[in-house]
Amino acid sequence: MSFLPMRANAEAVDDLIAAFTGGAEMGDAGVDLNAPEIAENGNTVPVEVSAPGAKAILLLAAGNPTPPVAQFNFGPLAGSQTASTRIRLAGTQDLIAIAQLGDGTFARTSKTVKVTIGGCGG
Amino acid sequence: MATGVKPRVKVPGSASAGEVITIKTLISHPMESGQRKDSDGNKIPRSIINRFTCDFNGQNVIDVTLEPAISTNPYVEFQATVPETGEFQFKWYDDDGSVYEDNKPITVG
Repeated sequence: MSFLPMRANAEAVDDLIAAFTGGAEMGDAGVDLNAPEIAENGNTVPVEVSAPGAKAILLLAAGNPTPPVAQFNFGPLAGSQTASTRIRLAGTQDLIAIAQLGDGTFARTSKTVKVTIGGCGG
Repeated sequence: MATGVKPRVKVPGSASAGEVITIKTLISHPMESGQRKDSDGNKIPRSIINRFTCDFNGQNVIDVTLEPAISTNPYVEFQATVPETGEFQFKWYDDDGSVYEDNKPITVG
């Protein structure tokens, strides 16, 4: 089993965030991230992101070998700016969600998920 | 090349005009992350669904970029506004170039 060290990943996460926001400031309000506090199986962890009025939401897993998880782009017929999926987590780590809100500003939230069995091979 | 890929979508059969409905989608796919190694220590090449889109009568509902961190049999749940009778069109884009499609009609009455 080999994972990239968290510190090298922090840089990758910062780069991904900068690519998404264009370096803009991020607020705290406007984006929600729902994930279990403890995930027994890292192979399939249910998560839900939500940001009313948002154009797009980027989801990152800071402790995975590759941090990007998904980007949700909402079209004109989206009933709400909410989406759920199931993801893999390599171990206990922070999930980060960044939303591009309707007015063009960005909001960020994060949540720590404890994983008892990792889900990225190995 | 992924085999046995089968999309499954749950959409209500009818709605009232302007109603917001919940759509659940799942496609059976191994989502090989490219991180795993086989018993000989060779890397198993990445093979995932990298994009999922949903449109209604040609207008976009959601467009999702998926990465290897999405679990096997990628599941996406979201909401859509139904302005009129029509058809939802779902598309999953595979790394190998395949595009899997499914359509679901909905009646506004």
